[in-house]
Amino acid sequence: MESNEKKEQTRLDLTAVKGKLAGKSGKKYWRSLEEVAETPEFQRFLDDEFPNRSSLAQINRRDLIKFMGASVALAGLSGCRGVFLPEDKVVPYVKQPEELVTGVPLYYASTVVMAGYGTGVLVEQHEGRPIMLSGNPDHPASLGSLDIFSQSETLSFYDPDRPTAPMHYDLTEERTPGEELVGDESTWPDFTQKLEDQLKEIKDGSRIRVLTGTVTSPTLTSLIQGFLAKHPGSRWHAWEPVGQTNAHLGTAMAYSRPLNTAYDFSQAKVIVALDSDFLSPAELPGSLRYARQFANGRRVMGSGGDMNRLYAFESTPGLVGMIADHRWPVRAADVFGIAMQLASELGVPGAQAGSVPAPLGTAIKAIADNLKENSGACIVVAGPHQPAQVHALALAINAALGSIGKTVIHTEPVESTAVGGAVQDLKTLVADMNAGAVDALFIVDSNPGYTAPADLPFADAIKKVKFKVQLGNNEDETTDLVDWHLPMSLPLESWGDVRAFDGTASIIQPVIVPLFDSRSPLEFFALLAGKPASGYNLLRDHWRGKLPGDFEKSWRKVLNDGVIANTSATPVQPPAAQLSGITAPPMVQGTEVVFRADPSIYDGRFANNGWLQEVPKPLSKVTWDNAIYISPDTALKVGNGGVVSDDLVSLQVGDKTIVAPVFVQPGHANDSVTVHLGFGRTRGGIVATVRTEREGGGFNAYTIRNGGVGYIGGAVLSRVGGQYELASTQGHSPLNGDRIIDERDVIRDFTLAEFKEKLAKGGEEPLKPEDAPSHEDIAKQNLFPEQVFVWDGPQWGMSIDMNTCIGCNACVVACQAENNIPVVGKEQVARHREMHWIRIDRYYSGTDENPQATWQPVMCVHCELAPCEPVCPVAATVHSHEGLNQMIYNRCVGTRYCSNNCPYKVRRFNYLNYSDNQPNFTDRLEGAVFNQSLIPGPFHTPHKTGTELLRLMNNPDVSVRGRGVMEKCTYCVQRINAARIEAKKAGRDIRDGEIVTACQQACPTKTIVFGNVADKNSAVSKIKADPRAYLLLEEVQTRPRTSHLARLRNPNPAIPATNTEAQA
Amino acid sequence: MATTPPINQPLITGQQSYATIDESIGRLVLQQRIHPRAWWIMATFGVLGTCLLGLSITWLVYQGIGIWGNNIPVAWSFDIVNFVWWIGIGHAGTLISAILLLMRQQWRNSINRFSEAMTIFAVMCAAIYPVLHTGRPWVSYWLFPFWNIMAVWPQFRSPLMWDVFAVSTYFTVSLLFWFMGLVPDFANLRDRATNKPAKVVFGLVALGWRNSNQHWHRYEQAYLLLAGISTPLVLSVHSIVSFDFAVSIMPGWNVSIFPPYFVAGAVFAGFAMVLTFAIPVRKMYKLEHLITDRHIDWMSKITMATGLIVAYGYVLEAFFSWYGANTFEFALFRHIRWTGPYSWAYWMLIFCNVVAPNLFWWPYARRNPWCVMIICQFVSLGMWLERFVIIPMSLMNNYLPSSNRPYYPTFWDIAMYAGTIGFFTMMMFLFIRFLPVINFFEIKDLLYKTIKKGNPAVEPVETVALSGGG
Repeated sequence: MESNEKKEQTRLDLTAVKGKLAGKSGKKYWRSLEEVAETPEFQRFLDDEFPNRSSLAQINRRDLIKFMGASVALAGLSGCRGVFLPEDKVVPYVKQPEELVTGVPLYYASTVVMAGYGTGVLVEQHEGRPIMLSGNPDHPASLGSLDIFSQSETLSFYDPDRPTAPMHYDLTEERTPGEELVGDESTWPDFTQKLEDQLKEIKDGSRIRVLTGTVTSPTLTSLIQGFLAKHPGSRWHAWEPVGQTNAHLGTAMAYSRPLNTAYDFSQAKVIVALDSDFLSPAELPGSLRYARQFANGRRVMGSGGDMNRLYAFESTPGLVGMIADHRWPVRAADVFGIAMQLASELGVPGAQAGSVPAPLGTAIKAIADNLKENSGACIVVAGPHQPAQVHALALAINAALGSIGKTVIHTEPVESTAVGGAVQDLKTLVADMNAGAVDALFIVDSNPGYTAPADLPFADAIKKVKFKVQLGNNEDETTDLVDWHLPMSLPLESWGDVRAFDGTASIIQPVIVPLFDSRSPLEFFALLAGKPASGYNLLRDHWRGKLPGDFEKSWRKVLNDGVIANTSATPVQPPAAQLSGITAPPMVQGTEVVFRADPSIYDGRFANNGWLQEVPKPLSKVTWDNAIYISPDTALKVGNGGVVSDDLVSLQVGDKTIVAPVFVQPGHANDSVTVHLGFGRTRGGIVATVRTEREGGGFNAYTIRNGGVGYIGGAVLSRVGGQYELASTQGHSPLNGDRIIDERDVIRDFTLAEFKEKLAKGGEEPLKPEDAPSHEDIAKQNLFPEQVFVWDGPQWGMSIDMNTCIGCNACVVACQAENNIPVVGKEQVARHREMHWIRIDRYYSGTDENPQATWQPVMCVHCELAPCEPVCPVAATVHSHEGLNQMIYNRCVGTRYCSNNCPYKVRRFNYLNYSDNQPNFTDRLEGAVFNQSLIPGPFHTPHKTGTELLRLMNNPDVSVRGRGVMEKCTYCVQRINAARIEAKKAGRDIRDGEIVTACQQACPTKTIVFGNVADKNSAVSKIKADPRAYLLLEEVQTRPRTSHLARLRNPNPAIPATNTEAQA
Repeated sequence: MATTPPINQPLITGQQSYATIDESIGRLVLQQRIHPRAWWIMATFGVLGTCLLGLSITWLVYQGIGIWGNNIPVAWSFDIVNFVWWIGIGHAGTLISAILLLMRQQWRNSINRFSEAMTIFAVMCAAIYPVLHTGRPWVSYWLFPFWNIMAVWPQFRSPLMWDVFAVSTYFTVSLLFWFMGLVPDFANLRDRATNKPAKVVFGLVALGWRNSNQHWHRYEQAYLLLAGISTPLVLSVHSIVSFDFAVSIMPGWNVSIFPPYFVAGAVFAGFAMVLTFAIPVRKMYKLEHLITDRHIDWMSKITMATGLIVAYGYVLEAFFSWYGANTFEFALFRHIRWTGPYSWAYWMLIFCNVVAPNLFWWPYARRNPWCVMIICQFVSLGMWLERFVIIPMSLMNNYLPSSNRPYYPTFWDIAMYAGTIGFFTMMMFLFIRFLPVINFFEIKDLLYKTIKKGNPAVEPVETVALSGGG
C-alpha cells in the first residue's frame, strides 16, 4: 500500500539548476540546489510551518483514539510520581540577587563559637542557604580544619526545635508535679515593654545580674559593660560547666595572677600530658591547631624525618593516650603525685619527691632525663579537669625546662569572664539570689538549670528572683525556671565577633537573614541598655577606630578575611613560678569519679544535634548514650562476680545516686570511674530529650557533681541488675571486632627504630616518585593484561596516614555534612545500620589494662577491580574512566549484593527512608511560619514542618538518597566535577590540590591526601610511593586506590615496653 | 543384627482395576464429602498463613526492608535463606518427573504429579523473595532485559541476573511439564464429572483431548521432549543459585564445591518434603495401595544417598578451608561456625543433615512412617540451617574484623517465612481438592504392566475398556 501512496519525487534537474546559477555572483545566497531548482518539494517545505511532521490530518480515527487512550493511561501513571518519587517544584528567581549564579556556591568568611571561643570558618552558601562549613586557613584556631562541634553548626542552625518567638511563662500558674509549663507566645515589643517596666521598678542597680557562659567577644563585652554601667552596682556572673577555670587558677597560683596559656607544639620534641587530652576539641579551645602542630612533628616521610615523643598519664583513655608513645593509666587524683615526682626529678625548686609505685618512678626518671635533653623544646600540659595545683606544677616544670616563651606562651586572659577579673562566679550569684538580693536576672546562652553543681541550689534560688529572662538558641532546663525565654540568633544568621584561644578576634558574619524572630546577644544587650540597634551597626561601632587605616577599607578586608589581623594577645613574660604555696589537692578516698565533657555533645549544649549524637565516641564507639566507663579490673570487682558492658549499676557519691549502664573500657585507670556530662536532658529539644533504651539519651551526671569539680572521690559502684543496651558501632559484640585475628595484615604498626632498621636491612629504600614503578610497568607484570584498568586521563586516589590520625571524628562529621548523610537513630545503630560513609576503625593491641589503639579510617577505597561491580544485576555501580567506583542511585534496585561482596564493608544501605522519615520532627513547627519576609531565595516556603526545615540544609550538589538505595563514599565526586568544570573553562588540567574532599578538608592533622595518582608529582603520588604505604587487603586483589600508611611509634628506649602499669 | 527382608511388594497393591484407580483418584476431585476434617484444618492453616504473608508483604513494601533484621555487613539473611530453601525444595519434583522418567523408573508414576505441583508452589514461594527483598521492589523489573528508554541492559556478569533466567526458565518448564501431564487426566475428569461447572472447566483445560491414538503419540513425544529439557534444569538451577555465593569473594561463600553440593542438597531437601507430604496424605485419603511402603522406602534411600553427598560437601568445605591456607576462610570456621555465639546453628545442621538421615541405613526406620516423618523434618530444618550458616553467618565474619557484626531476625523475618509456608500449604491442599493428585493414566499404565508381568499380588477384578484418561 505504502509504495503506491508514495508520492513520486520530482527529480532534480541539475542542468536547469546550472543554468539558473550561471553568471550569478555577488551577494545572492542560496541554501540548496533544490531551492534553486524551485522543486515542488522545496516549495512545500517552505510553505509548511512545521515541515518535518506528520500532519494531524494524516492520523486516522483509530490511531487518534489509540493515542488518546494511551495518553490518558500515561497521564494516570504520572499520578504515581507523588507516591514513589518526590514531587518537585522549580521556581525561578523573580529578582536574581547580585553575584549569585544559580548552582554556584558563594563562600563567606565567618566564625563559629564553641563555649565562648571562636573557630574561623568559610561558609559555603547555596542560593542563600548556608550548607557546609570548612575551616578558615587564616584563622589561628582552625588553620583550615574543623572539629566536630564547629562542623555540625549547620545542623544546629536548621534545628526544627529552635524557638520561633519570645515565650512568656507564668510561673505562678498552678501545676501538678511533672506537668510541663505551657508558655504564651509573645513578641519582642511586648518583652521590651515589660523590660522597661521592670527596670524602672528596680531602683537599686545591684539587684540586677547578668549570667553568661565564657565570653571573649570584644563587642559583647563592651555592650554588657555598657549595660552594667547604666545600672550602677549591677553585676556580671559567668558559669561554664567545663572550661579553663582550673588553668587560670593554676597560673594564678604559680604567678599570682591569672594568665592564659597557649602552646606551640610545632617546636616540641617531648610532650608530657598530665591527664590532658589536648588533641580533643572537648578539652582545649586550640585543639585543632595543636593537633596540626603535633602531627607535623610526627610526620615521617621516606626513611628520613624524626618524631616527637609523647608521654601520657591518663585516667580516661582519650585521643592523646591512644596516639602516645608511652601511656600509663593513672587515677585522676594520682596525677598530682606524678607531676610532683616529675618536678622533683627535674629539680624544680620547691618540689618534693612524691610517692609513686617503683616502676612508675623509674619511668618518670626516664621522662625527666628525656625532657632535660630537650630543654626548651618540650611541653608539659595538664588537663582542664585537673585541679589548679597540677596546672601550677606543670607550669613550674615548663619554666624549669625553659619552655616558657618558647613552646608555652602566656598572655593576659582572652576571656572577659576569666577568674580573678571583675566577673563573678555562679556560686556568688546563687548566694545573692538566696539572700533575696537579686530582682532581675538575664541569662545569656547558658543553661545553669541543668549544668549547675549538684550542691548549688540554683533552681531554688532563682525562684526568689522577680524578673528572670533567658536568651538561648534552644529551650532548655533553665527555661523551666524563667519568666521569659527569648530566641537567640546563631552565628550563621547574625553579626558578631569572638576571640580565638590565642586572643585573635574574628568576625561572625551572617550568610542568611535570621530564620526566626530572634536576636543576637549583641542586639539583646543593646536592647537591655535601652538602645536597640542592629548587630551590624553595633559591631561596626565597636570596631570603628580600632582598625588601622581607613575604616571602610579595613572593614572590607576584615569581612573578606574573617580574621582581624594582629589582634592576638601579646605574650607576657610571667614572673618565676612559685611552688612554695602549693598544697596537695585533697586526697580522694576510695573509687574516684572523673567528670569529663562528652567527646560528642560536650557539656550538653550539642545534645539536640543528631550528627553529634550519632558520631561514635572515639574509643568506645558508643552512640546516643553516655555510660559509666570503668577498667576491666574494676569491673570484676563490682557486685558478685563483676559486671560486663551494658550491665546496669548504681553509682553512689555521698547521698546522690545515679543508675546507668557500664562500659568496660580497656585502658581505663583502676578504681576510677569516668562519666561524661551532657546527657539525661529533660528539656532541650526532641533529640536531646529522648530517654528510652531504644532511643538513647543517657543519664545526667551533673546530679552527682558537687561543686562543679573535675573529679570526686568516695564513689560506690554496685550492680542493680538488668541491662541497658548501648549502641556501639564497633566491637561490643561477641564477634571479635576489636582485635585482628590470625595475624591479618590489616594494620601495619612499627616503632620508629624498627622501621628504620627494616628499611636499612630490607633494602626497601624509599622510592623517589620518578623511580616508582609506573602503572604500565605493574600492568605488564600481570598475567591477565585484559584485567588491567586503563589509566587514561587523571586517576583519583587517596592516602591515609595512620601515623597522624588521632581518631577525632572530624572527617566523619564533615562527610556527613557534605554528603547529606542522614541520622538514623539509636535503634538503627544498634541494628548496625548507621550511614556514615567513613568509619574510623579502632584496633587495640597489648593488654586490656593498658592497650594501645590504632586508628584506621576506612571509606570506599575505590578498587580498580571492584568486587561490588560485577555482582550488581542492574549495573548500578560502575567504574568511571578516572577510576572512581560510582554508585548510580537512580539505577539501584537495592539487592545489596554489592555490599555483601565488598571486602571492606564500606557500603551503606537505606534500609528505611532515613533521609526523609523523621517521625519525631514531622509535627514540629506545625503552623509556625519561618520568618518568611526575611528568607531570601527560591526555597522560600511558608508553613513548613520541621522535616522541611531540615531539608534546607541539604547540599544541592549531592543527591539525597531515598529508601532502598545503596550508597557509599564517592571521593566527593561533586567536588571533582566542580573542579573539572573550572579547569575546562580555563582550558587547563586540574591542578594538584585543587580538589579537596570534605574529609580531607576537615582533618586537623592532614592525614588524608587526595589527588591524581597518574601524575607522579602530585602530593598523593609522592605519599603513595612512601615505604610505609600499603594497600588494605592487597591479597584480595581488589587494587584499591586508597593507600594506608603504617603507624609509627617512638617509644623511649630507656623505658621498657612492659613498663605500662602505673597503679599498684 | 538380624537382616530385615526387603519389601517385595508390587508398586500397586490390593485388588485393582482401571475403575478402582479412577475411583480412588478421581473421587478426591469430584466428591467433596471425601475430604476429611484434616483437609479443612490444613487448608485453614494455609489460608491464615497466606494472610500473614499478605500482611508481611504489605508492611514490607510500605515500610522498607528495614523491618527485617538485615544490616551491614549481613545484608542478606532470611530473605535469601528462604529463597534458596524453597528453590531447593522444588528440585525433587523435577528430578522425579524428568530424570526418573528418562530412566524408566515406574515407581515415579504415583508420586510425580504432586511432587511437580510441589515444585511449582515452592518456586512461587521462592520467587517472592528475590523480588521483594530488593530495596525498591517497584523497580525490580529492571532485572529483566527489556526494551527501555534508559537504554540500559541488566548486567549479565551478575549471578543475580543468571538467577533471574534460571528461576524463570525453571518455573516455566515445570509449569508446562505439569500442565502437559494433566491434560489426559483433565479429559478423564471431564468425562467423569457429574456437575456442570466441573464438566465445563475440565473440558476447557483438557484442550479437546479425545484420547485418540494420534493424541497419545503427540503427547508421548512432547512429554519426552519436556523431560529432556527439564533434566539439565535439575542440575543447572541450583548450581546457578549457588553461584550467587560461589562467584563472590567472601570467605564462606567463595567455595568451588558449591554447585554439586547445592544440587545434592536440593534433591535431599526436596525428597524430604515429598515424604512429608506423601505420608499424611496417603493416610488421609487411603492411597496406600498407590503410594506403597515400597515408595516410601525408596524415597528414604534417595534422601539418605543425597544426604551423604551433602555430608561429603561439609567435610570438604571444612577441609579446604584449612588446607587452602586461606586465613580468612579458616577463621570463619574457627570463630563463627565451630565456636562463637552462632555455632549452635552449625552443629545443629550437622546433626540434622549428617547424623539424622543415617538412621535410614536401618530398614525399620525407612518403613516406619513416623520415623520417616521425623527424620524428614530434621532434614528440612537442617537444609534451612545450612543456608543460614552459609548466608548470614558468613557475612557476620569479615576481612576487616572491625566490620564483624551479629545479626538477629525480627518478627517480620519470621512472619514472612511462616507466611510462605502457609501459602505453600494452602496451594497444596487446594491442589488436592481440585486437581488429580496422582496421575490416572500413568497408574493405569503401571497396572497394565504389572498385570502383564503376572504379579500375583495384584488381582484385577475386571478389565474395562480404556475410557477417558487412559
